[in-house]
Order: sequence, then C-alpha cells, then structure tokens
Amino acid sequence: MDAIRIEGLTKTYGAVRALDGLDLTVASGSVFGFLGPNGAGKTTTIRILTGLAHATAGRASVSGADVTADRHAAARRIGHLAEEPAFYTWMTATEFVDHVARTFGVSQSERAARVGELLELVGLAGVGGRRIGGFSRGMRQRLGLAQALVNRPEVLFLDEPTSALDPAGRKEVLELIERLRGQCTVFMSTHILADVERVCDTIGIVAKGKLVTQASREELLARYAAPIFEVEVKHGLESGLAEWAGELGRSQWVDAVSVAGSTARIVVKDTDVAMRELLPSALGAGLMLIRYEMMRPSLEEVFLRLVGGERAP
Amino acid sequence: MSVFLVTLRKELMEQRRTHRLLVVGVVLIVFGLLSPLAARYTPEMIKLLPNGAAMAQLIPRPTIMDAVGQYLKNVSQFGVVLALLVTMGAVAQEKDRGTAAVMLVKPLPRATFLVAKFAALAVTFSLSLLGSALAAYYYTMLLFHAPDPSRWLALNALALVYIMVHVAITLLCSVIAKSQAAAGGIAFAVIAAMGLIGTIPGFGEYLPGQLLGWAGGLLSDTPTAYWPALGVTLAIIAVSLAGAWWLFERQEL
Repeated sequence: MDAIRIEGLTKTYGAVRALDGLDLTVASGSVFGFLGPNGAGKTTTIRILTGLAHATAGRASVSGADVTADRHAAARRIGHLAEEPAFYTWMTATEFVDHVARTFGVSQSERAARVGELLELVGLAGVGGRRIGGFSRGMRQRLGLAQALVNRPEVLFLDEPTSALDPAGRKEVLELIERLRGQCTVFMSTHILADVERVCDTIGIVAKGKLVTQASREELLARYAAPIFEVEVKHGLESGLAEWAGELGRSQWVDAVSVAGSTARIVVKDTDVAMRELLPSALGAGLMLIRYEMMRPSLEEVFLRLVGGERAP
Repeated sequence: MSVFLVTLRKELMEQRRTHRLLVVGVVLIVFGLLSPLAARYTPEMIKLLPNGAAMAQLIPRPTIMDAVGQYLKNVSQFGVVLALLVTMGAVAQEKDRGTAAVMLVKPLPRATFLVAKFAALAVTFSLSLLGSALAAYYYTMLLFHAPDPSRWLALNALALVYIMVHVAITLLCSVIAKSQAAAGGIAFAVIAAMGLIGTIPGFGEYLPGQLLGWAGGLLSDTPTAYWPALGVTLAIIAVSLAGAWWLFERQEL
C-alpha cells in the first residue's frame, strides 16, 4: 500500500505556480527523500499533505485518507516537524510533549511513560523540566521530533530537518531518522544531498513544482549518474596533461573533460570503452600517472544534471 | 479529557504563566477599590486646592450613584484597553511565530482552537471583574451604604458582557491580521467606529455602550432595561466568533 499518493497536485499563489501538477507515490515503510532546489515546491507539498494549506487542484492522500477533500482526515496518523519548529516558550519540554499527548487523547496512565520515552529518545530527558525559551536551535529541533512522534505516526513529515543544525546535531537527527526505518514512513524534504544519501532509500527530485524523477537511490545513480574518471599526473607534467585532455575531448566516447592543476576529470558516455581506451591513451601520450580512478557517481551529480542551475524566481 | 478542555487548560496556563491574569486582575481590582474612594473624597480633595472650598460647595454631596458611575467608567475603560491588549496577539502571534501550525496539524479543530481562547479570556476577565466587584462593593458599603447584591451582580454581569464584546471583536481582528500590532490597530479602528456610530441619534441605544447606561441605572429608583442593546451585543459576539472561525478555516498557516 502507498503511504502517500499525489495526483496532479497544483498550488498557485497569484501568478506564481508553486506546484504544477505534481504526481508522486511513496511506499509504506520507506524513508523518502524529497529533493529539490529552494523554491521547488517541497514545503508547499508538505503543507498541503499536513492540512496547513489548500491545494488549488489535484488530489492527495496520506495513509489512505484524502487530505485534499478533508484536511483533518489524516491528522491522527501523521507527525510533522517544520523546518523551524515553534513552541510555547513559557512551557517546559515535558509540558509541551505532554500537551501534545493530551491533544492526541493519550490516556493519563500512558502519558507520563510516553513523554519520558520520547524525551529520552531525542536526548532531552535531562532538560525536560527546563523552559523551551532557553533551548538552542538544535534542542528545539530534537523537541520538534519528539512532539512529532507522540502519536506513533504512520507517516512522519520532516521539512528540512537538519538545515538549522550543526554537524553534531545533524548526525544525531539523521541517526534518529535511521532508527525510525521500518516503524513508519518518513517523508523528508531537504536540499542537503549528503543527508539523502545517508538515510533515504527512495528519492523524488522535484523542480519548478513538478516531479523530475523518482526511484530508489541505486536506480537513480545507475540511471542518471555519468561515469567519471580522474587522472592525476606527476607534478610538472601539467602542460602535457592539458594537451592530452584537449585531444581526448574530441573522442566519441568522451562527454566532457576538465583539467584542474595536475588532475583531469573525464566524463564518459560509454564506461566499457573508457575502461579499455583511457589508460592506454594516457600512457601513450607519455604521461606519468600517480592516480587513475573511476569515481563513484554521487547523488549530487545526478541532482545537478537533472535540476542544475534552477533556482526559484 | 476532550480536546477543547485540553486546549482550554493550555490557554489558562498561558494566562497565568505570562502574567496576563495577574495584570488584568490587579488593574481591575485597583480601579474597583479606587472608584468609591474617588467618588467619596473628590470634594475633600478639591477643598485642598487654592479657592477649593468655594469650588467644593458647588459640588453636590456624593451619593452611591456617583460611586457606581465612577466604578462603571473605570472598569469599562480599562476593561476595553485590557481586552484589546491581551487579545490582539491571541491568534496573530501564534500564526506569526508558527505555534498555530505546529498544533493545528494535530487533531485539533480550528474552531476549538478559537473557542478555547475566547473561553480562557472570559475566565480571566470574569475572575478579575469578580475581584474588582468585591473590592468596589466593600468600599461602597463602608463609604456609602451596601448596594443591593442582586443588582450589583447584574451591573457587573452587564459590564462583563460589555468587555467581552471587545474581546470577541479583537479576536476576530487577530484572525484577520498577520501580526499582533496590525490586529491591535484594526481592533482599535473597529471599536472607535462603533463608538462613533453610537453617537448618531437613534443608534446608540442598540449598541454595546448602552449596556453601561443600563448598568449605571440599576441602583437608581427607576432602572431602565435596554434588552435590544444586550441582544445586539450578544449578536456581535456570536458574529465575531463565527466570522473568526470562517476566516481561520480558510487561512493557510
């Protein structure tokens, strides 16, 4: 069963088309990375799916509930962490999570244990009695995650969950997300590719309000990442390298060649031909190699290839 | 516990923790205390001024009606100012800061969110006015004579309805506006416009301001009821709350 199904979702703000017929499905139990440049429509999608905004057209369902027809339809089944979560700063962390638990109707007998368990999970057990007003951004982000998990959600929406965090806070939050794998469907919007590579098993790339592609991480890399080779020569042979690179660029099986210092980066069209031809070609040109490497394609390359250079107007 | 009671509990906790209950209570109680004192001792204070004795002779001997008039004037004026100040951020601030978005993705209907706020403000003003009424009653009894308790109660009930209509209007403005300051500005303009309309002959007796006239006359020998004004006031409260809910349901957070 699909945890999220979106068909032709459109959202306009005056003349601006934030979502332009977005189609997307997210399988239950997956950790889905919703990737796109700033202004691509990631937050708008989450706001519609969580009932905070209305769709102009199209349909969307979360856990089988049509949230475009009734925005509260999925409220009991979802958790939501906004990019910069806000809290009642006069409350303590324990009071806030307890308040959320009461809102979900968690029984009194279960509440204290659940609140304690969640604060422990996000590493705030020691500061549960402190006012939220004095919390750092990282602590607020972790508290946001705790309140989003109160109802044991079937689908957890995370909007840029690590963008405001320092490296240590980011690592902790990503570890928490990894621990949720299998417990619920995680829909995580972000523009941090490293986060997606680390925790997401399925990726959807969105640009200008439309889905560009959607696939598993491996499938995406296999489909879109161009094979790249790097050749590094001994210091002092840079001019020879540049000359060889210039000639290489005219080969049928080469897509692009760039030279930076003593290293040439070659994007190839056909990996098999490159593996056969590249090394003999370099040696034939008299280059003394200190490194010859086929680079592991990265999500960043796929992303830049698909949406490269696109920015919100 | 129903989601309404959960939200009301949070709102009441907020009124207490952010000292709004304390501020409203202290201001109204202080002016409740001072009203009969001011009515009783104004002639004495005037006597202390240069040529004050002559001026004081022109002032009629203070009566309980002066104390009641002073009390109503104080609680209505300060009540309206406080209603505006404590209500203008009720929704606008939550929208602006993002707390409304955090809570409203949960199974918390927007109508419940609004009604709980109005109910909590009603509790705050009721408790504060109760304290003010008791203080004013005690000093009125000491300095003049004990007012009829049932009429005193009715007088304060009318004053409370008068304050609550301003709370309801400001709550609507807080839904309309995106910031606390804008909400306060719009509410002030609406309340001022209502005051101006009240000065048009034939209109005033149907508007909330007439409740104070009704309340002021309750301790006289010939009190006059203004039921249409009460009806219109309650209708304004209902329409403001319904309008706030209608608008809030359509807003994006």
